[in-house]
Amino acid sequence: MNAIKITNFHKNYNSVEAVKGIDLAVNSGELFGIIGPDGAGKTTLTRAVCTLLVPDDGTIFVDGKDVVQNVARIRAILGYMPQRFSLYPDLSVEQNLRFFADLFQVPAQEREERLAKLFRFSRLEPFKKRKAEALSGGMKQKLALSCALIHTPKILVLDEPTLGVDPLSRQEFWQILHKIRDEGSTILVTTSYMDEAEQCDRVALFFKGEIVGLDTPENLKNHYPFPIYKIYGGDLRGLKSFFDTLNTVHTSQLFGDALHVSFAEEPSLTDWKAWQAKSGGNLQRWVHHSPSIEDVFLELLREQT
Amino acid sequence: MNRQISVYTDQLTRRFGKFVAVDGVSISVYRGEIFGFLGANGAGKTTLIRMLCGLLKPSGGEGSVAGFDIKEKSEQIKKRIGYMSQRFSLYADLTVTENIHFYGAIYGLAKEEIRQREEELVSQVGLDPYMNQMTKDLPLGIKQRLALGCAMLHNPPILFLDEPTSGVDPQARRGFWNLLYETVQTGKTIFVTTHYMDEAEYCHRVSIMDQGKIIEMGSPSQLKESHKKSTIQDVFIALVGGEKTDQKE
Repeated sequence: MNAIKITNFHKNYNSVEAVKGIDLAVNSGELFGIIGPDGAGKTTLTRAVCTLLVPDDGTIFVDGKDVVQNVARIRAILGYMPQRFSLYPDLSVEQNLRFFADLFQVPAQEREERLAKLFRFSRLEPFKKRKAEALSGGMKQKLALSCALIHTPKILVLDEPTLGVDPLSRQEFWQILHKIRDEGSTILVTTSYMDEAEQCDRVALFFKGEIVGLDTPENLKNHYPFPIYKIYGGDLRGLKSFFDTLNTVHTSQLFGDALHVSFAEEPSLTDWKAWQAKSGGNLQRWVHHSPSIEDVFLELLREQT
Repeated sequence: MNRQISVYTDQLTRRFGKFVAVDGVSISVYRGEIFGFLGANGAGKTTLIRMLCGLLKPSGGEGSVAGFDIKEKSEQIKKRIGYMSQRFSLYADLTVTENIHFYGAIYGLAKEEIRQREEELVSQVGLDPYMNQMTKDLPLGIKQRLALGCAMLHNPPILFLDEPTSGVDPQARRGFWNLLYETVQTGKTIFVTTHYMDEAEYCHRVSIMDQGKIIEMGSPSQLKESHKKSTIQDVFIALVGGEKTDQKE
């Protein structure tokens, strides 16, 4: 059975079509990512799944139950971390965690183990006596996340949980999500950071209220049709202008100390040698580069328009 | 490449009581460079930037920004830097034009000067079609361009950007980075702080800060090669978190 089954989901805000008829099924036990920029409709979708918003059209079933008709039953099996999570500013880090543990009725023996685990992952232990209001933005985010993870819900929905969190904590956060998934929970998580797609079992790429791609991150990247090269040289802007004139060049983008170029077809060594000569020695080195989810996303948008 | 130094520090240090937030940092950032500042929450990035912007006095060491000593000449420095925060600090209920004029007035530019800079910037950052729209109605990518434009109104040689592309779509992000490359081409210097390592890949050079010290610095490809990692994210985690992660289980 699907943990979450969404059929033809529509949501408008006044004249704005936030979500335009989405079909999506999340398998039980899956870590599923909704990847897209701000304004793509990610929050609208997660709120609807969490029974906080009624669809204008279409249906959403969570654990086999309709979200409109089974609000209480769905909320009992669901954990939700909204973008603006309410922490209690006057309570300390530890008090916030214990408060949420009480709220979710976490059994006493599990509680201490869970707290220790969450302190390890969040690196908040040295700050456990500090009031939530005195934490930095990234630390607040980690505390909010820890509070959402204090119990193990059957289905966990997280809306942009890694926003503003440093790379180390983000990595540990994803490791925790993998563990929770391995323990049998289903996780629906949103992010605007394309590279986080790699952490998910499957992802849906969202743009302007529509799904533009849906698959495992591996498959999405494998279906990217163009060879990409990282190109190094003396004057990268000069190189970019040079490559932009070639018919075989699909896209080009400066990336710090290299130029990334995608080609309509695989260039031969003869091609490279000829370009090297034409660039007057400016083209120094080229390395094959695997496409990123961002490359895939951009290509899907290009195909749409 | 032009090797003129825009930002220079030698053993720059800042203590808060016993806590050493910035611990003997020595960097040289060159004119025309996009320099990335990476570090975990609490690594000391903000303290370092506040000293460079003349907002906080160092406890020890030396530094200069745009040729001015950070201890003595903070007022001159403030006129020569632009700052764009993640939250953009734009006035939502003002139009694009009104925001530009408002910021121009804050920077103490004359009316004529503001109009001239407005004209230059609007075409440079691509705001033409939006001039009379309310800022709150703009797409995120356009707000970001406006925020950059406002930070550059007084034509500062050095720009500080704090997680500039958080949340924007990949097309807008690539467009924004092209804009940054064009900007440094005119001789400006850009400092970028970010938690997102894919953004670090766009920088000419990056530095990684941990517990107040710069523990690594170089171009993204140099760092990946010397640490034998395929992404800056992996380099970062190996450097900052390796040891701690091992202890975890």
